[in-house]
Amino acid sequence: MSGELCLTGVRIDLPPRALIEPLDLTIRAGQCVTVMGPSGSGKSTLLAHIAGTLDPAFRAYGRFYIGGDEITHVAPERRHLGIQFQDDLLFPHLSVAGNLAFALPASVRGRDARRAAIERALREADLEGFGERDPATLSGGQRARVALMRTLLAQPRALLLDEPFGKLDRSLRSDLRRFVFEHAAERGLPALLVTHDASDAEAAGGPVVMLTGAA
Amino acid sequence: MRKRRLRPGWLTIAPACTGALMLTPILAGLIGTTLPAFDYLPAIGGHRFGFDAWRALAAIPGFASCVLLTLETGVAATLLSVTLAIGFCAWAEGRRGWQRFRGLIAPLLAAPHSALAIGLAFLVAPSGWVVRALSPWLTGLSTPPDASIVGGASGIALVIALVLKETPFLILMIGGALQQVAVPQAMALSRSLGYAHADGWLKTLLPQVYPQIRLPIYAVLAYSLSVVDVALIVGPTNPPTLSVLALRGFTDADVRHWFPAAAAASLLFVLVVAAIAGWRSMERAVATLGIRWIERGSRGPATTVVAAAGAALVMTAFAASALSIADLGVWSLATQWRFPAAWPQGLTLANWTAQLPGVRASGLATLVIASTATALALLLVVGCLEHESRRGTRARRRVQWLIYLPLLIPQISFLFGVQVFFVRAGIDGTWAAVIAMHVVFVLPYLFLTLADPWHAIDPRYARSAIALGASAGRVFLRVKVPLMLRPILIASAVGFAVSVGQYLPTLFAGAGRVATLTTDAVTLASGADRRVVGVYAALQAALPLLAYTMAIALPAWRYANRRGLAFAA
Repeated sequence: MSGELCLTGVRIDLPPRALIEPLDLTIRAGQCVTVMGPSGSGKSTLLAHIAGTLDPAFRAYGRFYIGGDEITHVAPERRHLGIQFQDDLLFPHLSVAGNLAFALPASVRGRDARRAAIERALREADLEGFGERDPATLSGGQRARVALMRTLLAQPRALLLDEPFGKLDRSLRSDLRRFVFEHAAERGLPALLVTHDASDAEAAGGPVVMLTGAA
Repeated sequence: MRKRRLRPGWLTIAPACTGALMLTPILAGLIGTTLPAFDYLPAIGGHRFGFDAWRALAAIPGFASCVLLTLETGVAATLLSVTLAIGFCAWAEGRRGWQRFRGLIAPLLAAPHSALAIGLAFLVAPSGWVVRALSPWLTGLSTPPDASIVGGASGIALVIALVLKETPFLILMIGGALQQVAVPQAMALSRSLGYAHADGWLKTLLPQVYPQIRLPIYAVLAYSLSVVDVALIVGPTNPPTLSVLALRGFTDADVRHWFPAAAAASLLFVLVVAAIAGWRSMERAVATLGIRWIERGSRGPATTVVAAAGAALVMTAFAASALSIADLGVWSLATQWRFPAAWPQGLTLANWTAQLPGVRASGLATLVIASTATALALLLVVGCLEHESRRGTRARRRVQWLIYLPLLIPQISFLFGVQVFFVRAGIDGTWAAVIAMHVVFVLPYLFLTLADPWHAIDPRYARSAIALGASAGRVFLRVKVPLMLRPILIASAVGFAVSVGQYLPTLFAGAGRVATLTTDAVTLASGADRRVVGVYAALQAALPLLAYTMAIALPAWRYANRRGLAFAA
């Protein structure tokens, strides 16, 4: 199950210069650590490195542990780390329920069991009855909630948030922030938030790491 | 976007001209071929409508198996190409080296289909390179074996020859369609949800790009069902495919055979339309099943294994294509190459010097026709694209279908009718007629290759130039064209390659009197000395490659001091 997310000795170089200096970080279950820094300081690169989807142009070092298990050399699709991007990236060819079903593990077998799990998720997101809707017909806030429920349905052990509130206006932002952090805390997930908005860091309520961005 | 008004001039009529140029030959040609199918062609004595032509067609021995064979080979080649292309893209996405490799595919496609078919025939024939390389140490043969897949009744060689060229074409189209999607993020997302590479690609990216590759797939289907030159080279001979049957009738000295030939050509048109309609309904079934598969959420290794197998087959196909082109060159340089030697007894340029007089005439014709057709098509396409830019609109779905029309309608189903009209006008057999028909087929490829880069130019360049006081024409010549030089040259190379490879348009519009490298190569392929055929086919493949090299070298040289232009997409 989820435990702590540990990063040790994490360093990323974009040859010939260093992008991220050696970083040690431990995120407790239910805690959210915010990473902030100017553009180009490597915030999103750090998340990509942890998720295992780093562009080969970078040289990356370090080890990661989740709940005590080392995931440094595990294939990205087996790390069970949920990602939220700035764009909701809901798949346009699937309905809302289809998007959620895609994330549901295959271990939930049978159409009835799967449908029940999806209905539960929709209810939690206050989107009951939206199952058969086309994602393109939802509002920005609704899509963001579906995107988060999709990530959570895959039963991740940690959350990586890459400026997920960037595209929303002020009021939606605070609503969605509360939604994300409540669900993360409820499930005891360690979360790593990347943002350049100080109010996001405040709402996260955890330690803040500043990336200086090598010259 | 708000549409702006344009001053009257070339740009305003460019789209109308292009539309007329595409539609007129097709409509006139279809009419000119359908009428004789119902016995009406006064010029050769058909004065009354009737069904004699159809009766004569059905009475041809082996007609039913001919139609069946056409459907089998055409659909099989398309299914295989689509499956292989999709499997390859699913496996290759995001892998290192893929980006570099993608740039090589376009020149690979430059060789005309008939040249590739000839090379393939030389490769896999009973006395071909493969058997020679394995004899006598593996096969124990000292004379060529009796069994042959080239010309065999099953049509396997035809399917293979088609798949060799259509798979890279579809891979290129899929790559182009993916430019519109945020691929790295989508892949990262599906991987974080637990899906392996190929699995994620198939379930999340393929459904998004399929609408864009639908028309190219229909074009592949239409081509596979109606191809003539490749079928003549490696296809079954008795019975042949329907298009070859029609061609035999059309080129028969006895003009009474033109009527059943026209009927065969019209039947082929109906078959292609039916096949496309059938594929469309299959799309819906596959989509429904596909969504159920996606929603089941299985994350097993099966998809990865299948995609890897597909990719391996595609790599084999690439190797086979390269070998096919290579053995054309080897044969053309061979002094003697007796079976079962794996390499010619000696290499010489004597074949080339001996063939020079003959090759010079058709080579010159090919060069002039291809250059002129490409230049004319370029003028029209650039006119249409600039028209769109200035008015602020983009080509809509309907225009896409219009552009694809010459690629969706079987060539033999309307070229005969076009020839009838040309004969009436007294211009058949002239280079002008051949060039005009080549433009019809070059234009779609030119448009498709140039449209995306054209519309991708940042509109602020033009706006800045206008703010600096330049007229629209000056903006076009001094800002747009230099920015677009590389895409324009590459699109021209594509158009040039398409024109070099045309067989039926040259045959019909030229009334058999205009000889190009392709018409010569196809004629020679059925019997002449392999060294002679090798010279013609190698030259046929070399010309487009030369055009590609220039298309890449010219901007690199001209803009050696301007890194942004020399290698920009």
